[in-house]
Amino acid sequence: MSRDKILAAVKSNQFNRAELPDLEILNTLTATNEPLIQQYTAIASAGGSFVYEVPDLEAIKTILHKEFKPGVKIISGIQGLDDYTFAGDVTHELSHSFADVELTILQSNLGVAENGALWLTETQMNVRVLPFISQHLAVIISKDDLVPTMSQAYAKIGNADYGYGAFISGPSKTADIEQSLVIGAHGPRSLSVFILT
Amino acid sequence: MSNITEKSHAELAAAFNKDEPRVDWHDETLWWVRAKRDIAAHKIPEWELLRETASQIKNNVLSNLSGYLEQFEANAIKNGITVHWAADAAEHNKIIHTLLNERGINRMVKSKSMLTEECHLNEYLKEHGVDVIDSDLGERIVQLAGEPPSHIVLPCIHKKKEEIGDIFHEHLGSAKGESDPKILTETARQHLREVFLTRRAALTGVNFAIAETGEIVICTNEGNADMGAHLAEIHIASMGIEKIIPERKHLGVFLRLLTRSATGQPITTYSSHFKKPQQGKEIHIVIVDNGRSIQLGREDFRNSLKCIRCGACMNTCPVYRKSGGHSYHTAIAGPIGSILAPNLDMKKYADLPFASTLCGSCSNVCPVKIDIHDQLYKWRQVIVKEGYSPTAKTIAMKAMAFTLSSPALYRSGGKVARLAFKYAPFAVNNQLNPWYKHREMPKAPEQSFGEWYSKRKEGQQ
Repeated sequence: MSRDKILAAVKSNQFNRAELPDLEILNTLTATNEPLIQQYTAIASAGGSFVYEVPDLEAIKTILHKEFKPGVKIISGIQGLDDYTFAGDVTHELSHSFADVELTILQSNLGVAENGALWLTETQMNVRVLPFISQHLAVIISKDDLVPTMSQAYAKIGNADYGYGAFISGPSKTADIEQSLVIGAHGPRSLSVFILT
Repeated sequence: MSNITEKSHAELAAAFNKDEPRVDWHDETLWWVRAKRDIAAHKIPEWELLRETASQIKNNVLSNLSGYLEQFEANAIKNGITVHWAADAAEHNKIIHTLLNERGINRMVKSKSMLTEECHLNEYLKEHGVDVIDSDLGERIVQLAGEPPSHIVLPCIHKKKEEIGDIFHEHLGSAKGESDPKILTETARQHLREVFLTRRAALTGVNFAIAETGEIVICTNEGNADMGAHLAEIHIASMGIEKIIPERKHLGVFLRLLTRSATGQPITTYSSHFKKPQQGKEIHIVIVDNGRSIQLGREDFRNSLKCIRCGACMNTCPVYRKSGGHSYHTAIAGPIGSILAPNLDMKKYADLPFASTLCGSCSNVCPVKIDIHDQLYKWRQVIVKEGYSPTAKTIAMKAMAFTLSSPALYRSGGKVARLAFKYAPFAVNNQLNPWYKHREMPKAPEQSFGEWYSKRKEGQQ
C-alpha cells in the first residue's frame, strides 16, 4: 500500500528532531504604531476595497441605496438590514441559484490592519459560495475587531471549529495579462468594508 | 501541459534570446515584480525574523514529517475528508481518474496546482476522455495556447497582450485585434463562470496543510479555487507531502511571507481554509510523494522541500529573466525548479543546475531561507561525479585539469593561446567558442606573468 510505503520512506529519511521556534516575539510586534483604522483603511484601499467609517446600520443603508438600484438581488446576512433577502432564510437553496446575486452583505468579527483581510467563517457566510459568486460584496465589521497583524489574527481564531473559513482582503482580481491589474476576475467586482465606529 | 523537448536549457534560452526586445520586456516585467516584493518586505520591520521563523518551522516539519502526515490524515478523516496516498505521478493521476469515473464525471474545472503539472494530469485525463479546464486566468491562456505555464505564480508572463487577444479571438470569440487586459479578463470571466456553474468536479492545489486541525489552505487572487470547489459535488485537492505545517497559528507566519514575496501584495485576495466538506458534498485530498521522500534523504538538498512556491527566486534570477520559464523544460522553472528537477531525473535535468550565475540573489529573497545557490553548486558536483554533465563541458574540464597539472603544458598552452588571440582572432572569436557568443574575447597580453617575472629577475641581476 502506498500510504505505508511513503510513510516508511519519509520516516527513514527524516533527520534528528528540530524544535519548533517560539512565536511569542512575533505576537507582540505590530508592524507600526499607527492607529488600526487608519492603517486598515490605507492598505485595504490600496488593494482596491472601498472603506467607509459609519456610525450605525442606517448610514450603511443610505450608502447602499445610493450604490445599488432597487430591484437587483441583494442578500444580507445581517439582522437589521431588513430591506434585503435574509441569508439565513436561503441557506437550503442550491449554491448555483445564487449566480444572479448582485450584492451580498456579511458580518466579520476579525479584520487585519497590516493587509486589509477580513476573516469570515461558513457561519457568517451562510452559504460558502455567497461571498464569491456575488457580483459585489460588502462586509461589516466593528472597529474593535481590528487587529494589527496575522499573528494576532490567528491568536484570536485560536482553535475555533469551522467547516470553512476565509480571509478576504479585497475584490477578486488578476494581473495575469502583462501584469496589468484588473479588478473583477471570477469573484466580486468590488468589496465595500463598513467599519462601525 | 508537458514540455516535450530534448533540448537543453542553453539551446532553449538561445531560441528565446533571438527576439531581443521581447527579452528586455520579459526581464523588466519580472524585475518590476521583484521591486514590488522589496517594497512590501521593507515595510515589515520584523521581516528577517519572519523568514527565520518560517525556516525553522519548516525545519521542524521535515524532521518529523512522517508524524505530521499521520496526524494530518487522522484529523482530516475526523473532519469527514477522504485521504488518498500516491507514491508517484502515475498513481496520483489514476486516483483522480478513478474518483471521476466512479461518479460518471467527464468534465472537471481545475485551479492552479503545479503538482498536477509535475504529474502531467491534464494530458493523462485527456487521454482517458476527461475534459479539464484550467480556471486561473494565466493558466487558461497557456492552456488555450497549448503551452505549459512559464512561471509558477505568473503562468503567462511570457505572453504579450496582443498574443492573448489573438488566442481569445480564436477560442473565446472576443473581437479581432482586442488586446485591452480589462476586456480580455471580462471575456474570460464570462466564459469561466459558465464552466464553474456546470462542472460537478473541481480540483485545486494546496498551499498549506495543517497537521493539528486536518484543514487545508488555498490562496488565490481571482477566487477561482473557491468558485470551483464550492459549486462542485466533489472537490479534489492534490498536495505534495511537504505542504504540511504543524499548527494553525503557523499560518500567521507563512501568510505574511507568501504573497509579499510573490507579488508584493500584503496577502492574496482569498486565503481559504477548507476543514470539512459542505453538507452532501465530498472533499478528497491526494497526498503525493513523487520523489520527495528521496530528496528528504539527500542532506544537501532536503532544504528545497521547505519551498512555499512564491516564485521570488525566479523574479530575481538574472538567468530566468533573460531565458524565460520554458527554457527550463520542467514544470517548476527557475532556481528552485533547477534544484527539484534533478532529484526526479538527474540525466534529463543535468543542465539545469548550470543555468545559474550562482550570484545568490535567489537565496537572499527566499522567504523560507533555502540556500538555493549553494544547492545549485552542490548539484553540479553530484552531476559531474555521476557522469551526467554535458559532453562538451566534460571534455573541456578534463583538458583543463590535464593542462593545469603539468607546468610545461600550462606554459606552452598559454603561449599558443596568446599567439592565437593576436594573429588569428577568428580562431577564438567564432560561434564554435561558447564564450564568444555574448562577449568580445579579451585582448591577449604580450607575455604571461611568468615570462614577465623571469625577465624582470634577469634585469635585476
